[in-house]
Amino acid sequence: MIMRRSSKVIVLGITGRQGTFWTEKMLAYGTQVVAGVNPKRAGGRHCDVPIFASTAQAVRDTGGDVAVMFIPPATAREAAVSAMEAGIKHLVVLTEHIPAQDVMAMHAAAARHGTRIVGPNTAGLVTPGECFIGIMPAFVPSVFKPGHVGVISRSGSLGTLVCLELTRSGLGQSAFIGIGGDPMLGTTTRDALAALDHDPPTEAVVIVGEIGGTMEEDAADYARTMRKPVAAFIAGAASPPGKKMGHAGAIVTGNRGGYASKRRALEAAGVIVADTPAEIAHALSGRNPRPRLHAAGVS
Amino acid sequence: MNFDEHAAKSLVLAPAGIPVPRGQICRTAKEAAQAVGAIGPAAIKAQVAAGKRGKAGGIKPADTPEEAERVAAAILGMSIGEYKVERVLVEEQANIAHEFYAAVLTDTEARKPLVLFSTQGGMDIEKVAAANPNAIRRQHVDLDVEPGAVDFVSMLAGLQLGDAQASVADILSRLYAAYRRRDAELLEINPLAQLADRRVVALDCKFVLDDAAAYRQEDIVRFGAPAPMTALEQRGAENGLKFIQVDGNVGVLANGAGLTMTTMDVIRHFGGRPANFLEIGGEAYTKSAAALDLVLSNPGVKSLIINFCGAFARTDVMAEGVVKAWQELKPAIPVFFSIHGTGEDEAIALVRARLGIEPYDLMEDAIQAAVRAAQ
Repeated sequence: MIMRRSSKVIVLGITGRQGTFWTEKMLAYGTQVVAGVNPKRAGGRHCDVPIFASTAQAVRDTGGDVAVMFIPPATAREAAVSAMEAGIKHLVVLTEHIPAQDVMAMHAAAARHGTRIVGPNTAGLVTPGECFIGIMPAFVPSVFKPGHVGVISRSGSLGTLVCLELTRSGLGQSAFIGIGGDPMLGTTTRDALAALDHDPPTEAVVIVGEIGGTMEEDAADYARTMRKPVAAFIAGAASPPGKKMGHAGAIVTGNRGGYASKRRALEAAGVIVADTPAEIAHALSGRNPRPRLHAAGVS
Repeated sequence: MNFDEHAAKSLVLAPAGIPVPRGQICRTAKEAAQAVGAIGPAAIKAQVAAGKRGKAGGIKPADTPEEAERVAAAILGMSIGEYKVERVLVEEQANIAHEFYAAVLTDTEARKPLVLFSTQGGMDIEKVAAANPNAIRRQHVDLDVEPGAVDFVSMLAGLQLGDAQASVADILSRLYAAYRRRDAELLEINPLAQLADRRVVALDCKFVLDDAAAYRQEDIVRFGAPAPMTALEQRGAENGLKFIQVDGNVGVLANGAGLTMTTMDVIRHFGGRPANFLEIGGEAYTKSAAALDLVLSNPGVKSLIINFCGAFARTDVMAEGVVKAWQELKPAIPVFFSIHGTGEDEAIALVRARLGIEPYDLMEDAIQAAVRAAQ
């Protein structure tokens, strides 16, 4: 799930407004977008990328191995299963609000085809300086820069903020893995942690988690075995219990999946848990909070 | 979305061929009396999408029309959980021999549907699971190989269900089909009762619809019981915005659930109290004007933090919405900005030029300033 410039990307839903906007951004960044899929526009070109009638045809003609979906919820399952049947090995599902039973069907198909799903509801994957796939601001220099910290995030907006804080502190990123905000993900925090553990350029890892589910607790079990330092920020400490706060995954019921349980599990595994996003960078660089923060009131 | 018992039975169970008792929905005590006159001794059951109705006094027997009128009058108008009781179900009394438990639910950890059955029905299934885990049979379903994948008969093997075995297996199979057909998150029968006359019927039912699938369940959605909302939360929902009022004084306008929760956390970290959760993530990022209106309408808000970190959500589009709404709303409270990510140059320039406000470079500085201004 760490993408390289050699990854050949097929964009499903390339001709839509968002598909167009983000395909242009991906191409400009250096991502090899080799094909788009739209049955009505097959044979033509869009963003100077050839359009095919089906993912199967696109795979046959271009050798694309990664697909990214700009597809609405109602047709996401069909598009995903077709892509898996076409032999796509990495499927990045950006779509939010896919019915749960469709998501389960997608995971069942992925198990049969040996496909790695990233998402649903992911903001995508960034390998700074090489390529990005999805809807992350890889091209904003204040946010991303090449380096050695691997970042795992359920949220796109919060992941962006954390990368911004790292870059500000002089810490570039080896890879950003957006795992997604859906309650049922193809790639979990633990999966992403293992991938970054085995990624030579990655020297430290940041987990950006959220209340809800038990992914951070599971990842803590893995973090315990790692030599690379791991830091984390968990959003939702101030969220009222029992309320769904947007991401379907972020719901607190009882103690399970709550902030305290996650923090306890991570700290017991030797992970540094930061109180604010800015503190993550300080924790990793071994520096105290910048004087600027403290001086903010008197400047 | 939750559904009350009657909606669950009549819209989901009965059409799937699962037997349910005869019953009638009544809105007044008089109607309840007439219903008992027609069907005989009955249970009067409050229809609210909340648990523990029995414990709250919302389910009572009535043998005669007079008793039904008295009992229904007491139940109608009472509050259970967050709901007010406006309707009762008058249902024929059941002569129960055994109580079972049956459910199909979405197991998010296994990422598969899970079928549950227990011979110990009628009580809280979590308590059964804790006291006697072996009393519960569990069967996951692989959605890639259904239908016909689940052998409900072998799932029940060894439970000594006697003459109920065939009916129970049939009902489980129908329950699973109904779970699939109706995009349930949870479809639960507790108790599933074998009556003295040996019939097996669903005496209660809980149905939770997957909100993401509401678009393809349009024929039943309008019978659901949405969670109670404040007037402002309602206004948010009508605009497609997830807005949750919290008891604080620092208003929050941020994009994405993760960033919004974090903004609330950092407000708390600096000793302040957030006033709301509000998500304008996903496609909703284009609705920043309506979002600003909501946050400013929340009484008690003393300052506002506008925190944009654009990935998919373009900060230039969000800033444009805010600037547009600003002319109309003319906020009377101090507002603090932090803007980063996709479209940041245009967004910062716009806020600077049109509102004369300088966005903070550090999010935490902006939040700290908003907390201080609210004190």
